[in-house]
Amino acid sequence: MNAIVLLAEQVPVPFASGLSTIAEWLGQSRLTVENAAGTLLVGGLCAATCALVGCFLLLRRMSLLGDALSHSVLAGVAGVFLLTGRIDPVPMFLGALLAGIVTAVATQFIHRTGSVPEDSSIGIVFTSLFAFGVVVISRAKGVHLDLDCVLFGDVAFAGMNFKPTLNWLLPEAIRTLVPALIITIVFLILCWKELQLTSFDPVHAATLGFSVPLIHYLMTTVVAMVTVSAMNVVGLLVVALLIVPACIARMLTDRLGRMLWIAVLSGMSCTTAGYFWALRLNSSIAGLAAVVAGAELATAILVAPKHGLLDRLRRSLQLKIRIAAEDVLAGLFRRMERAGEAVPESVPGCRTLAGNGVAGHFAVHWLSRRGLLVTANGMAQLSDKGRRYAQGLVRSHRLWESWLDQNFDLPPDHLHAPAEAMEHFIGPVIQRQLEDDLDQPGADPHGREIPEIPE
Amino acid sequence: MFLTQTTLVLWGTVLLGITAGLVGTFAYLRRRALAGDVIAHAALPGLCLAFLITQSRSMGVLLTGALLTGIAGAFLMSLLRRISRLREDAILGTVLSIAYGLGIALTRTIQNHHRNERGADLESFIIGRAATMLAGDVLQIAATSVACSIVIVLMYKELKLLSFDESFCRVQGWPATRLDLLLMLLTAVTVITGLPAVGVVLTAALLVIPAAAARFWTDRLSWMMAIAAGIGGASGAIGTLLSARLDQMPTGPLVVLTASTLFVVSWMFAPKRGWLWNRGAAQEELAAAAKEILPTNTAGDTEVVS
Repeated sequence: MNAIVLLAEQVPVPFASGLSTIAEWLGQSRLTVENAAGTLLVGGLCAATCALVGCFLLLRRMSLLGDALSHSVLAGVAGVFLLTGRIDPVPMFLGALLAGIVTAVATQFIHRTGSVPEDSSIGIVFTSLFAFGVVVISRAKGVHLDLDCVLFGDVAFAGMNFKPTLNWLLPEAIRTLVPALIITIVFLILCWKELQLTSFDPVHAATLGFSVPLIHYLMTTVVAMVTVSAMNVVGLLVVALLIVPACIARMLTDRLGRMLWIAVLSGMSCTTAGYFWALRLNSSIAGLAAVVAGAELATAILVAPKHGLLDRLRRSLQLKIRIAAEDVLAGLFRRMERAGEAVPESVPGCRTLAGNGVAGHFAVHWLSRRGLLVTANGMAQLSDKGRRYAQGLVRSHRLWESWLDQNFDLPPDHLHAPAEAMEHFIGPVIQRQLEDDLDQPGADPHGREIPEIPE
Repeated sequence: MFLTQTTLVLWGTVLLGITAGLVGTFAYLRRRALAGDVIAHAALPGLCLAFLITQSRSMGVLLTGALLTGIAGAFLMSLLRRISRLREDAILGTVLSIAYGLGIALTRTIQNHHRNERGADLESFIIGRAATMLAGDVLQIAATSVACSIVIVLMYKELKLLSFDESFCRVQGWPATRLDLLLMLLTAVTVITGLPAVGVVLTAALLVIPAAAARFWTDRLSWMMAIAAGIGGASGAIGTLLSARLDQMPTGPLVVLTASTLFVVSWMFAPKRGWLWNRGAAQEELAAAAKEILPTNTAGDTEVVS
């Protein structure tokens, strides 16, 4: 504590006046606010960098590489320790980076030459390297190599560990995180086109003359670098920051640029929320950040606009209702055809035509709201608009039956069921194509007249 | 017969290796090698929750909690596979990392709130602590391996069908989904049994590595299972003996390193599928192919090529 105060006298903290104001406003000591700001900054940087590369890992189906890298980093750190016998940040960082690259290369090598499935080869490589790391570290007598820090990460510590950097007093982790972020962004900007092409269509990229392996290994190196620098802060939970924000973004959008933004924002929101939650529960920031990320992902899976569960259910229910309603229309139309005049049907009768159930219940509402069905005194009747709609449906149905009869060797009693399903999906364009293909048919295979196009 | 600590641990790791080899064979063939990893990570919050709820440190209670959340993790994976648009690798990574995060948050909470109790020992589940195995733990491992072996022997035909041709299995009217669930359950039970000895990260290794190594030696399932069990058992034995001989070496990681050494040996030297064999064979094949192609092509194309 004293050391920090002493340092603070020599080297200023950025935005010192702003932080003091916040401290006064919150009624906290300035040191607390500085530590909080440092932690949030470090966590946010970590999350942003990881989310950027995580998106590409996800799209290239390499998500598990992040997991593997984060484990094998231990082997790199341990290997450097075994060689030099000391703990210096720079060689350790390089060793960890090297271990990361070795993991990626060895995984591919075993996968290719041994025809071991890719997931197994990832599993083999990273667990072996991790085991090696644990063995070396437990041998390291009297030297403080913190296994806990690798395993669990300590955002709080990283955020409070202020060191003078470039004339400012900043959290030490900034020294690796900021360069990692800059390198990542530069890499993404320079290789944007190549990354996009090789991620979405590697075969096409190869035929255009791009070197897919080169991009792959560049990408892997960048991921290894990001993983190593983030692991200082969040430990093995770097996997959560790599994959989960990317998954959230993937659920929410189909555009790459937007996906990156969403992933960065959701990653930063996770670490921020994780920080405040951890303060309350007196628990691990990184762990709770992962839990928040999980909650965000669950929400995204539920309510995402296009690919979300609820939206898919809604669309499927809408389709069910439309089909049930159209069944009512077509049923009433056929009755009218047989009788030669409009035949009213009771509302429960209409529901039976719709196949009852929830969809059947809503189908009658659907029809009357659109003015396709006129209800009076509990009896329902096709309106003019409804008759035209139904005529189109029956036309689709009978055209499809005729077309099936002409092109497939189906017995006559097997024609109705497929047509009953298809009639809801045949619009005017397909009707015209069918008609052209059938050479102007007048009647369907059962001998019933195919109605004209309704005016 | 006297049971020193080393023989006790030896029994434990050998049995564990054998079971993991047997179950791992199916996991490997079903491309579920990393499911074990996910289950192991998902078990961590279960350990903590079991401790928080019961306040008991008995291994049985903790492992029951672990088994429950481990299975929940497996279910979550198959649920996500159905309802989300995410791919397999992303699902594995997501479930694994979120469960691990939850586990760590709970562990930290327990540490901070129960400073005087031995809740902090939960940490040892991450690396594993085989050396402190008790007779009860070994009995538990033995029971698991007997149970798993019996299930595998009884369901051998069905599991074999499922592993090689799931669609055919379905078409033939076997309950493929339930069989798959059974396989998941076997994996979960094996992983949870291995947790105290080799830890969260390395139990996955025991499932994958022996099976992958055995695959190099044979094309027959029965042989593959036998070899995988053999490699698993041998790794357990050699790893334990090494750690007993060398001071300060943790058992779990040594067992895994032995298994990876055996994997490398298999990969290099196994007949037919091994790397050395294939290198020679590939060159011979290439030479033969070249001989076949070259005379016909040299006539017209040499000038263009050169």
